[in-house]
This record gives sequence, C-alpha cells and structure tokens, in this order.
Amino acid sequence: MQSKLNLDQGLIDKARASARKIAEDTQQFIDKHTTVTVERTVARLLGIDGVDDIDKPLPNVVVDNIQDGGGLPLGVAYLIGNAMIFTGKEPQQIAELVAAGELDLMKIPLAEEKKLKSTVTELCKKVVDRISQNREKRNELIATLGEGKQPYLYVIVATGNIYEDVLQAQAAARQGADVIAVIRTTGQSLLDYVPYGSTTEGFGGTYATQENFRIMRKALDEVGNEVHRYIRLCNYSSGLCMPEIAAMGALERLDVMLNDALYGILFRDINMQRTMVDQYFSRTINGFAGIIINTGEDNYLTTADAVEEAHTVLASQFINEQFALKAGIPEEQMGLGHAFEMNPDIENGFLLELAQAQMAREIFPKAPLKYMPPTKFMTGNIFKGHIQDALFNMVSVMTNQGIQLLGMLTEAIHTPLLMDRALSIENAKYVFNNARNLGDEIEFKKDGIIQQRAQEVLRQAAHMLEEIEVEGLFSTIQQGKFAGVKRALDGGKGLQGVTRKHEKYFNPFIDLMLGGAK
Amino acid sequence: MAIQQVDLTKIKPYGDTLNDGMVQVSFTLPVPLGEEAKEAAKRLALKMGLADPSVVYAEDLGVGYTMFVLYGKCQHTVDFTTIEVPKVDVEAMDKEGVEEFIAENIGRSVVILGACTGTDAHTVGIDAIMNMKGFHGHYGLERYKGIEAYNLGSQVSNEDFVAKAIKLKADAMLVSQVVTQKDVHVPNLTQLVELLEAEGIRDKVILVCGGPRINHELAKELGYDAGFGSGSYAEDVASFVVNEIVKRRLI
Repeated sequence: MQSKLNLDQGLIDKARASARKIAEDTQQFIDKHTTVTVERTVARLLGIDGVDDIDKPLPNVVVDNIQDGGGLPLGVAYLIGNAMIFTGKEPQQIAELVAAGELDLMKIPLAEEKKLKSTVTELCKKVVDRISQNREKRNELIATLGEGKQPYLYVIVATGNIYEDVLQAQAAARQGADVIAVIRTTGQSLLDYVPYGSTTEGFGGTYATQENFRIMRKALDEVGNEVHRYIRLCNYSSGLCMPEIAAMGALERLDVMLNDALYGILFRDINMQRTMVDQYFSRTINGFAGIIINTGEDNYLTTADAVEEAHTVLASQFINEQFALKAGIPEEQMGLGHAFEMNPDIENGFLLELAQAQMAREIFPKAPLKYMPPTKFMTGNIFKGHIQDALFNMVSVMTNQGIQLLGMLTEAIHTPLLMDRALSIENAKYVFNNARNLGDEIEFKKDGIIQQRAQEVLRQAAHMLEEIEVEGLFSTIQQGKFAGVKRALDGGKGLQGVTRKHEKYFNPFIDLMLGGAK
Repeated sequence: MAIQQVDLTKIKPYGDTLNDGMVQVSFTLPVPLGEEAKEAAKRLALKMGLADPSVVYAEDLGVGYTMFVLYGKCQHTVDFTTIEVPKVDVEAMDKEGVEEFIAENIGRSVVILGACTGTDAHTVGIDAIMNMKGFHGHYGLERYKGIEAYNLGSQVSNEDFVAKAIKLKADAMLVSQVVTQKDVHVPNLTQLVELLEAEGIRDKVILVCGGPRINHELAKELGYDAGFGSGSYAEDVASFVVNEIVKRRLI
C-alpha cells in the first residue's frame, strides 16, 4: 500500500522494535507464572463443566481443591492427569467426586510423571482437534454463505435476557449487521468464576455463559442461512476470567473477542500481574481458534483527551500487537482498537480523525482495525448524534477500517432500542455504499494538516515506547502513563490468584496450540 | 397581523404556528408492517392525545415489528405559571471563586470522594467532574486549590465507599450513576444513604449524586443533599459543596 501520509517507515520500525522489547521483557514474567483462571481454563478444556449443589462451577471446585492443598504451581493438567490414572475416570467424573467430597486431588499418590503427562496430553489433543474443527466449520460457512464487506457492521445487544437478545440479534442481522456482540452484564468482569447455564437476568447486558454462547451461536447460524451471510458472534474475553471465556468461545465457535493486554488493569482495576498472565493464555486460545481479538485502546479516549492523548492509543496498539504475536495471533486476527472521540467543536476535527484512522490503517496494514464510535461527546440530542455517527462512518469507509462498532443516536441515554439499532445500521449502510471507493480516489496534500497530524502522533508514540522500553511496562502503568490511570504492582483485584510455577508445571495446551513453538 | 400572545396558563407544543400542538414521535409496534399496523399507530397516537395523526414513515425492522415516524397535534395543555421545580439553590461560582471561598470561609482542605457505585462501570461522568482535565474546558476538582479529590473509579461497592469516606474523613461524597437498566440505580443510591445512617455519619457528610437520569428532585427524594443532571460541571458541584459545608457548620 502506498502511504498517503508520508509516514517515516524507519520510525514505525523503531516503535515496533521498542514494543517487541517491552513484550519480551514482560513475557519472561508471564512464563514463570500461572493463575487460578488459567488453571480453571485448563479444567474447562479438559471437559470439566457444570456446578455443585451450591451452584459453584466445577472448574472452581477443582482449582480451589488444588490451591488449598498447595498444588496450583503444578497445574491442573498435571494433577488431573494423575487422578485419571488413579481413578481410571474422565476429568468430569473426577470433578464430580471432588465436589462430593469423595476425592482430594492432593491426597492421591503421584503416578509416574511420563505416564500422567501422556494420559492427559492424549485427551488435550482431542479438545484441540475439536477447536480446529470449529475453525474449519467457520471457514466453510464463510465460503458457502459469504460474508459482509469490511468495514463489518458491528452492533451490540444488551437486554439481560439471552432469549430477548436472540430476537434483537436476528433482527439486526436481517437489517444488515455482520457482527453481533452480546454485552455482558455489568460487574461480570469482576467475578472470579463464570456462571453456568442460560440466563435471563442481567443489568446492562447478559451473562457470558457457555450455554448462552451456544444459544446465540445457533440463532446466528440460523439467521445467517436466511440472509446468506455468515454472522459473527462477539463476546468479552476480559476481566478475571479472561482465558476461561476464550476457551468457552473456542468450544462454541465465537468469532470475535474483546481481548486487551492492558484494559483490565486500567479500567477494571484488575491486578497487572494477573492480567498479564491471563491475557497470554487467553490469546493463545483465541489465536488458535481463529478468533479475531478486539483491543480496547478506544477506552483511553473516554477518560483522556482524544487530541492530546492520541499517541497513547498508537503506543498501546504496538504493544498489543507484540503481545498478540507472542501468543500466536496472526495480524489478520488483530482487531486493534481506536476511536472517533474528539470534541465535535474542534475546527477541522474531522481532518484529525481522518489522519489518525488512516495512520492506523497504514501502520497495521493487515489488521481488521476495530473503530469505535463517538460516545464521550454524545449529548442526548439524538438528531446531532446521528450526524456525528455519519461522519464517523465516513472516516471509516475512507480509510478501510475492518470492524465498525456502530454508533447509536441514543448513546448516553439507554442501551439501544430495536429501532435505534435499525437506524444506525441504515446510516452505516448508506454512507459505506455511497462512498465505498472514495478513499481510493484521494491523496492527501503533502505536509498538509492531515499528513502533519499523523506524523506528529507517530513521533510521540515512538517516543513514548522508547521511554517504556527503558522503564518497563509495569513501572509505566504505575506512573499513570496510559489513560491517565495509575495502578500499583500489588494493587487491584485478583493478585491472590497468581502463583509462581513449579519446575514440573504442566499445561500441554500452550504447546499444542502454538504448534510446538513457545 | 399582530402576533398572538402566549397564554402561559395553557401552553402546548409549537410547530410553526402558535398552539398548533405539533408533535413528532417515533416508536415501534410489535406487529408486521402493513395498513393495519399504520392504523394501529394512528389509534395509539389518538390515545396519546395527538389529533390528526399522520404516519409519515413506517419500516419493517426484521422480526415482524414495525417502526413509525408520526406527527400529530397535541390536544393537552399545561399551566406553566404554577410549575415549581426544586433546584440546587446555590449561585455557581467559577473555579477561582470556589478556591477563594474555601480559603476565606473554611480555612482547610475540603475532602471530596467520588465513585461510580454498584455495578456501573461508566466513569465518564465522575471523571468529568473530578479528573484534573475536567470536561469541555471546565477543570475537574483534582485541580482545585483547597480541595483534596479522590476518584475511586468504577464498580465501587457502597460498603467500600463508606469505609473509604470514614478513613479519609470525607466532607463530601459524590456518586455517579450513568448506565443503568431497569432503574437499578435507585435501590443502589438508597442503600448508600442507609449505610451512612447506620454508621451514624449521614449528617457529617454532604451527599451528592449525578448522572443523566438524576435530577435534584429525585436526589432529595432518595435522601441526598443534591442531584446534578447532564450538563453540570465541576464548579457547579464544588459551589454547592463548599456552601453547604458553611451552611451546615461542618467547618
């Protein structure tokens, strides 16, 4: 692609090299640690599901049993493998015995290590095969049904009731949506377990459960057949159960997951050590399952100023890119996030937005960039809001964004009504179709406002990454350099769930999913 | 022709002629698009008090439901002269004014805690009021000389909020509620008042709530000292708090 912005490729390479160094430094920490949710994820992948008589999910029952006995540093795969040999049963039956108080995983004699590893690895291979089949099934459906053109039209449903969500999601698909995200109930990100079964009560969203995933997947496949477009399903691999949700999504063929290396730390006050370890396994799963991740840089601009802090978005995209590569996510699955969040009163604000969107496009040419709509300066004036969203759509089609999270004219008022969503889809379809190839026809003036803006943001981002490279990522976050939010190394939620791995620690999924590479 | 005078005891919507009562509404009915659906929309409009309803647009939404845009002439009037709305009864000062007021009348730092409580994760409101940067050119409380501002962020439980207020000896507590569904903000706001009463400190702090669905009247009803809706800035909240400290002799 020819650069319209005259960006300095040397500077891009330098920024990327800084980000790589930052990710590598952090990866050393990650590789030495595991967490309760990483181990629950292994339990889930081994087929452990369901709840005990007080509705506690069995993956939690198993991991708590191991943690209480001091066995977490060995990993669930190791100890379940051991129990499989001892009992001759499958992981689910073993979990049920633990729940009934009839088995303590820490009080079983240890079998020969090689034997327990091969026993559990054999089972892991079957699970990994099932995930591969889901990936193939997606490719096959896209090949036969077809799919919408990029930018994909992405809308949310958020009724709290999965069955009501199905109605709204199917309506949205018929109206033209390509991606349906089921917003989670507020507060789920801070639960240290994943609820079980189908749910009909939630606030501002619907619980992410494996059964809810299954219900929505089925509904979207049905409507996809009807409209002859594969409809992608999106959820949130974030919060205290980041990798568990990734596993559930991989098993139920979700297509897109919100999944950011830093978001939970900054915006949910989840401990940074916990998040770093969790994001790695979650991304390993997402990458292997062919799931497009969406990163959350757009959120920086809801707390910090979109003009002054634009470079923090770019710096974070570079870092997210490198962490994603470490976890085996190809560029084509990196929905790096950014947003149209400038104050609409700024003179030439549209030019600055256009510059930044084009900049992201040129720096990450293969990534299906996720572009977020105006929210901060939406006022309740639905008429003006609809125009703000139209300008946002215009920037997107002019710069070939990948995934367009549609703005709602009723943003800042309520979760979208059925007709709000229809209006916003109509808006995007109109603008995208009417200006489809406008971007191909336009070059930007040399050293004009647009070129200079993009160059300036890149310069600042490269400088910031250089500083972080020296300082280290953890320390940078502690100083509040992202989104103006300061977080302590030992602060936030979930630290007690982080533990240093034993030298015998065993998690076969990482190797199986990364294809032997580490 | 003389322009007709507005009769404030009987006002109704204005389209392009006084008292034409013109109203535009849009809504969705759970029935498929067709002549019957349009007729249903018109009858509903008549029941709303909209005479001569006219469906100018109707569209199928994909699940056998229909969206309408409709115009009608409102038959109802209200008496504007008898309306009284409780408002935060304080002259708003600017940032410098608030800072001087603190120096002259309070003579110590004012401690203000803010949080998005309960399940609400949307800090855009509390950030606009508290963060250094503020919003729309209005600096936030963190930047005020004489104010010690603590923004606790999102999803803070009422219990933690109260514990922190006691620990930091808060003069004022600001609660933000932005995204709510099924009115969950009401019991959440009420519970905070109950907790403060149980701790015996309700009368020692100034309790303020804010958000797009909050107004002063609702706030007072729920046991708060003040409520601020959309379009309020840090100086509005600060002016109220510092005046209230003096008024209630909490110096």
